[in-house]
Amino acid sequence: MSETSYSEIFNANRSLIDAGSSPVMSSLRDRAYGCHSKYGLPGTKVEEYLHTDLSQWLSADWGMNLGRVALPVNPSEAFRCSVPNLSTQMHFMAGDSYISKEGHTGLPDGVLAGSLLELSRSHADIVSRYLGTLADMEKPGIAALDTMFMQDGFMVYVPRNVQIEKPVQLVSLMPDAVQMLACRRILVVVEQGASLRLLLCDHSSAKKPCMSMQVAECFVADNASLEVYDLEETSATNTRVTECYVSQQRDSRVMIQNLSLHNGKTRNSVHSCFKGPGASIEVNGIAILDGGQHVDNFTFVDHEATDCQSRELFKYVLDGKSTGSFAGKVLVRPDAQRTSSQQTNRNICLTPEARMWTQPQLEIYADDVKCSHGATVGQLDEKALFYMQQRGIPMKEARMLLMLAFLGEVIDRIPLDPLRSRLLGLVELRLRHGQSRCEGCGVCK
Amino acid sequence: MEMLDIENLHAEIAGKEILKGINLQIEAGTVHAIMGPNGSGKSTLSNVLSGHPAYTVTQGKVTFKGKDLLSLPVENRSHEGLFMSFQYPVEIPGVSMTNFMRTAINEKRRYLGLDPMSPTEFLKLMKEKRDLVKLDAKFMNRSVNEGFSGGEKKRNEIFQMAVLEPSLSILDETDSGLDIDALRIVAEGVNSLKTPESSALVITHYQRLLDYIKPDVVHVLYAGRIIRTAGPELALELEERGYDWLIKEFEEKNR
Repeated sequence: MSETSYSEIFNANRSLIDAGSSPVMSSLRDRAYGCHSKYGLPGTKVEEYLHTDLSQWLSADWGMNLGRVALPVNPSEAFRCSVPNLSTQMHFMAGDSYISKEGHTGLPDGVLAGSLLELSRSHADIVSRYLGTLADMEKPGIAALDTMFMQDGFMVYVPRNVQIEKPVQLVSLMPDAVQMLACRRILVVVEQGASLRLLLCDHSSAKKPCMSMQVAECFVADNASLEVYDLEETSATNTRVTECYVSQQRDSRVMIQNLSLHNGKTRNSVHSCFKGPGASIEVNGIAILDGGQHVDNFTFVDHEATDCQSRELFKYVLDGKSTGSFAGKVLVRPDAQRTSSQQTNRNICLTPEARMWTQPQLEIYADDVKCSHGATVGQLDEKALFYMQQRGIPMKEARMLLMLAFLGEVIDRIPLDPLRSRLLGLVELRLRHGQSRCEGCGVCK
Repeated sequence: MEMLDIENLHAEIAGKEILKGINLQIEAGTVHAIMGPNGSGKSTLSNVLSGHPAYTVTQGKVTFKGKDLLSLPVENRSHEGLFMSFQYPVEIPGVSMTNFMRTAINEKRRYLGLDPMSPTEFLKLMKEKRDLVKLDAKFMNRSVNEGFSGGEKKRNEIFQMAVLEPSLSILDETDSGLDIDALRIVAEGVNSLKTPESSALVITHYQRLLDYIKPDVVHVLYAGRIIRTAGPELALELEERGYDWLIKEFEEKNR
């Protein structure tokens, strides 16, 4: 399917799309349509997509659920591996539709968490202030396409000075029997002095090929804090494209972690911008790949304000014939003095067939800055493997320990302990059993 | 009983023959020292015995406690009771000492058909063995050898040896890079682990270590062969006269 055909579907189904949506969402579609017609979907000739042909991925005739038929997904069946007391609230999405929530405890007064569709109807004033104002549609990508077709998604709004310690969790599932493309939209607003931890779990493990698009917009006000853990544990037939946009005001703190534990083909991008001084962001990621899996992470950190810090750490372990790509761009604008920026990408290729591309980019226009970047591609340390074997640790276990240690450096940056140990446990399961899901681990059976 | 029996061992690395017919028997309860000039094959011998993948055995046989050592994978040699203290202990960032030791102990227990060690038992064992080599408790939370000083690394080797209770310990240049105090601690550790059932093979350049670890037998390795075997007095003689006279004798004999 080409751009023309997405445009055709859009035009032919406009009233259906609007009917299953809200006026706030629909008000953004004309501009989105214009941008999509102008910029289209990127192929590998676009610098940011050298190793991921998005126009190819989206060319399949996926089918969309624009009529909003209820999708057959049972959250309790599909996701059994929840940890008690890890999250305050667990929300579920099936494909493109928000379906339910399981509340362990109530959230503080004034916090909104739930269906973007419902909240954009009931709280149109708040949603219209933010939705669509950050996602950049003036370039090739999925922001425009997602905005054309979005009908639902997930939203969290945290009012001033409200702190939410335990994560709010969103679990996304795909129906087993339907081959489809799902547009998932996420809106996160953290007001002045507030804090939020968001755990996004993509558990789309449908047996039929499925594709999901996820565009997230995160607004982090003065002195607010946001952590987003986007965990993917999908199947080999799954295709996923995400764009996460972050806007940070003065003295705000953000951590984004993209954790690709199991997937088919994935492209994740993070676009962050410092709008006020003294703010900091950490953008981290891991990818564990085997077979023919593919993960592409792209990050863009825009230092617009002074005295801001950005730190990035991405680590990949590639087995089989898998392919990975990391490209990170840091832009330090002329007035962004005293910027500190650090970007690291380390990768281990376990087989000669695995391929990794890495491309750090720094563009600096200010003169008082501290910026560094580094990238490596290598193998497991043979000396360490022999040392461990000599102490009685079999090769397989020794390799596992080294890989876990390698990836653990990223997970270790998570400040909340139960979440950190839970994620580390998932990484270990994935390394030991080839998958991190319940069906493979036997713990839940 | 013979602990280790090496017969006519030949080994090469990258096509170059380093060991050219080693014959060596070690009885249970004895300490053997191997001395020799640089490049004589001392480290190759310890690497071949522990199973380093870079070396190929081209001829010969090694029997360890009645088993064909060379047919065992590296980790099973360890489980059977072979320990090699590394000349350069390897740093393993991100793997804590605790995790490393627990894995090593439980893999050995699994091999021997035992259940994993209980956490209390494990902690007790760690403390007891740490005290032996005066290794601080905080080391257990650090990554294996990462940021350890030279002396700490060697003490860590002896600590691990104490935990794993090997039948045969190969100490490969354990004295290199150690000051006199560290040397004494390491040597005391080794001596206190000595039992009538366990043996040690001490590979060293200098007599110095042998002042603390008393060998029963001293061998001189040169050009991939053992050219002289004698009692502990040989080490003293070498300290005084060097290796040249032995090499000369050996070369004249083989002319």
